Amino acid sequence: MTEITDVPSPFCGIGTDDLAIQVDGNSLKVTQNGCSVNTPAFEQPLAETRPKINGKEVSLDDAISKAADLLRDANQPVFGGCATDVNGMRSLMALADRNGAVVDNIGFNAAKRNFLAMQDSGWMNTTLAEIKNRCDVLVVIGVDLEAFAPRFFERYIWNEDAMFLDDTSSRSIIYLGKAPSGKASTSPKRKKAKVYECADQDLPEVMSVLRALVKGKPVAAEQVGGVAVKDLQKITEQLTKAKYGVVVWGAGALDFAHAELTVQALCEIVKDVNELGTRCSGFPLGGKEGDQTANQVCGWQTGYPARMRFSSGFPEYDPFLYDSQRILGNGEADVLLWVHAFNSDSHPPKTDIPVIVLGRSGMKLDNEPDVFIPVGTPGIDHAGHAYRLDNVVAIRLKKLRDSGLPSTFEVLAAIEQALQEK
Amino acid sequence: MLTKLTGGIVYDPANGVNGKQKDIFIKDGRIIKKPGKDARIDKEYNIKGKVVMAGAIDLHTHIGGGKGNIARMLMPENHRIDPVAHTDLTRAGCGHAMPSTFLTGYRYAEMGYTAAFEPAVLPINARQAHMEMGDVPILDKGGYVLMGSDDYLLRMMTANKDQQAINDYVAWTIRAAQGVGIKVVNAGGINAFKFNQRKLDLDEKNSYYNVTPRDILKTLATAVKELGIKHPLHVHGSNLGVPGNIETTLNSIEGVEGLPMHLTHVQFHSYGTEGDFKFSSGAAQIAEAVNKNNNISLDVGQIMFGQTVTASGDNMRQYANHGFASPNKWVCMDIECDAGCGLVPFKYRDQNFVNALQWAIGLEIFLLVDDPWRIFLTTDHPNGAPFTSYPHLIRLLMDKSFRNDMLATLHPEAQKMTTLASIDREYSLEEIAILTRAGAAKITGLVGRGGLADGDFADITVYTENKDREKMFAKPVYVFKDGEMVAKHGKIVKVTWGTTHVVRPEYDKSVEKDLEKYFNRYMTMKVGNFTISDDELTEDGRGSITVHPTVGGKV
Repeated sequence: MTEITDVPSPFCGIGTDDLAIQVDGNSLKVTQNGCSVNTPAFEQPLAETRPKINGKEVSLDDAISKAADLLRDANQPVFGGCATDVNGMRSLMALADRNGAVVDNIGFNAAKRNFLAMQDSGWMNTTLAEIKNRCDVLVVIGVDLEAFAPRFFERYIWNEDAMFLDDTSSRSIIYLGKAPSGKASTSPKRKKAKVYECADQDLPEVMSVLRALVKGKPVAAEQVGGVAVKDLQKITEQLTKAKYGVVVWGAGALDFAHAELTVQALCEIVKDVNELGTRCSGFPLGGKEGDQTANQVCGWQTGYPARMRFSSGFPEYDPFLYDSQRILGNGEADVLLWVHAFNSDSHPPKTDIPVIVLGRSGMKLDNEPDVFIPVGTPGIDHAGHAYRLDNVVAIRLKKLRDSGLPSTFEVLAAIEQALQEK
Repeated sequence: MLTKLTGGIVYDPANGVNGKQKDIFIKDGRIIKKPGKDARIDKEYNIKGKVVMAGAIDLHTHIGGGKGNIARMLMPENHRIDPVAHTDLTRAGCGHAMPSTFLTGYRYAEMGYTAAFEPAVLPINARQAHMEMGDVPILDKGGYVLMGSDDYLLRMMTANKDQQAINDYVAWTIRAAQGVGIKVVNAGGINAFKFNQRKLDLDEKNSYYNVTPRDILKTLATAVKELGIKHPLHVHGSNLGVPGNIETTLNSIEGVEGLPMHLTHVQFHSYGTEGDFKFSSGAAQIAEAVNKNNNISLDVGQIMFGQTVTASGDNMRQYANHGFASPNKWVCMDIECDAGCGLVPFKYRDQNFVNALQWAIGLEIFLLVDDPWRIFLTTDHPNGAPFTSYPHLIRLLMDKSFRNDMLATLHPEAQKMTTLASIDREYSLEEIAILTRAGAAKITGLVGRGGLADGDFADITVYTENKDREKMFAKPVYVFKDGEMVAKHGKIVKVTWGTTHVVRPEYDKSVEKDLEKYFNRYMTMKVGNFTISDDELTEDGRGSITVHPTVGGKV
């Protein structure tokens, strides 16, 4: 039995890298700094390690060869999930390029809301260490932050020392939209967050009024979406008087039609505050289970985020057309390759076409896929790289145990090789 | 395998060869002496009359790292105009202003380039820079590690830590980030922007640290020199793009007091305030200062007309210029108490007075700086223009009448504000070989690159002589990388993977104790997880690391 320290996590998105994990053969136990997201993800017992074809155990070579056969014959393959580490994503892109596939990351319906706003008007954002050391006003829009990342407040808000704040517990925390589910946002000196609740579907309107107030436009209404306009005025004042305000949102939590417009309004508010002479930054949540990783690698290899296709031989991007759910629902695809190396609950969608799954060992599947290859989880079964939510920092994942599971990179590279050989 | 290139006209300024007919022999990736008579030549290329140079080296081009990838994501419409399909040999990708990594490698190699250096590697983002460059085929690469706005350095300076302690920190950083040089961007300015300072002159204090850009430049230039890092401190000056910044640039030259300093994309830092539009050329003054000060080298950062996207660590200046964004969208980021970045799409227009004059200023600098060993050919890709415009730029330098024809089409007021038409100088092939090969290899400290001597790596480009220099330099007839032919007639024929150049100056390990404390208290990762290990660059089976010596140090 050994204990490994300073273990980084690819699961929580916020790049916690101070976990201590006890390794006993293939079983892992988080002994320090676990949380409700990371601990179960690390401790999940290893299940099957043998690949299967139509439910029957086969050798890895046979599974690879069968997967290559299915892809070789496909007219329009779709690669879904796309949840793996940097090297896994590199080999996925190489295979997709050769195979003329659609590439669609499982988190893209959420990420799309950010990309549409960013590609239309841009944004001003910040990263975790700036928040930790500078942020004096934190405005959380429409997301239950501690449910997303249980250790966010402990690590980055109520940290003991900050370079540019005398007392971190004096930071102002403001929620607009969803209320927090727990008490993580209450300061060590028991100062509670200010919460202005409204329904998700009212956020577009609330954000529009907030923006009008920031820009000094007259607002006749006294209330919007159940929030008093004078409370929004208070938020405006806090942002414009802050030393370093930060506006947090989670695209995944903004689950309503055209949420990209709300993201855009929020990003424009941040710019407006800067224009008024105060520093302010946005901070989008994400980064779990390889979503930023997929977008980053796809980005540098093609120029586009991870909802694109190689069907015409070259990269094409469309955040609506190349939605794998839409393509599968419309009967436009004839093979699905599903890759999810992090989460055994993230199984492929139901479909009648042949399915190849590279999944975390123990993946719960509705139907037996044509090919199932259990792959190693980056940061547990093999080393790798994963991007944190703030998109700048790639963390170096460690290998914790010797399970013998192949990496996504190895399997997909072998499939690409097999595809070329016949 | 023994390869012979027969009868080429060789331009190899690293070894004093200027247009001499000479056979070249290649074995095991290296150039070798003429073998004995009974040696069997496996492959011979008759290149009689063709121009032979070492592979070209771009010492300042944004090809890898977070800001470049944001620039890519920001501009889908720009990729759509330049899609490239995969072939049996090459990967698909998208080109134009900020091409995908694969296309970056292919297109550089097709132009006869065999190495390129990313000049703004944020230590905290170095992993990404190396991973992106790991997906740039064929080229050798390396990065300059960005310092000078990191809170750790500024805290040291405020605490009056001695130069030795700072040297140790700089050495630790360049090793942790696997860099080959040190870069400073708007010294202290990126940091000051986080404290809401919107501008920072050379002698203006950071409102929190009480440190000036001049202090930072001198401190880092000293560290680079004392650590024996061959590439001089690589400086993106203060006040980028501000009319009148010529004063800042001249003062910076004076401010480093004779220490080696490389001024990058100087064109953006050479503006006066004369004339009806209060915007004028400072090229003559810059050139005069560079000609006088042997410690100074520079690259130009030439602009070309058309669409691009500017990508910079200088978020203070990028923020200030966001009003020029075309199309109107832009990104700024503060990054990890380390640095920042800003992305602003830009369309340079020949009928815009300022843009037209920027074009002329860049060319004036090229033509007025005397010593070709201290000036380098760049567009600050993608900021002035994409790197694919280099052949056009070479023609502008080598062909006076072409240059003047172009000038005559620009904004008339800009034409009146430039002396360009009166400058007769035309670059020679030898000078081009110095700017893009011998000089670039020398100033980045590369051993065995940039020349064609026996024992050098066989990075070789063969051009067909053509009076139209743009055509000549766009599609060399053969390009060899480490002895293997990678491109022929401007088309990739083999995909290889280059090495990553690094330096590893010595330092006192006790610096790590304080760094560990600092990381635990203020940073968001453990110091051990910050450091980039060698296997991270090589585990994909393609990458390799080449360690170059420091002055007075061991490898």
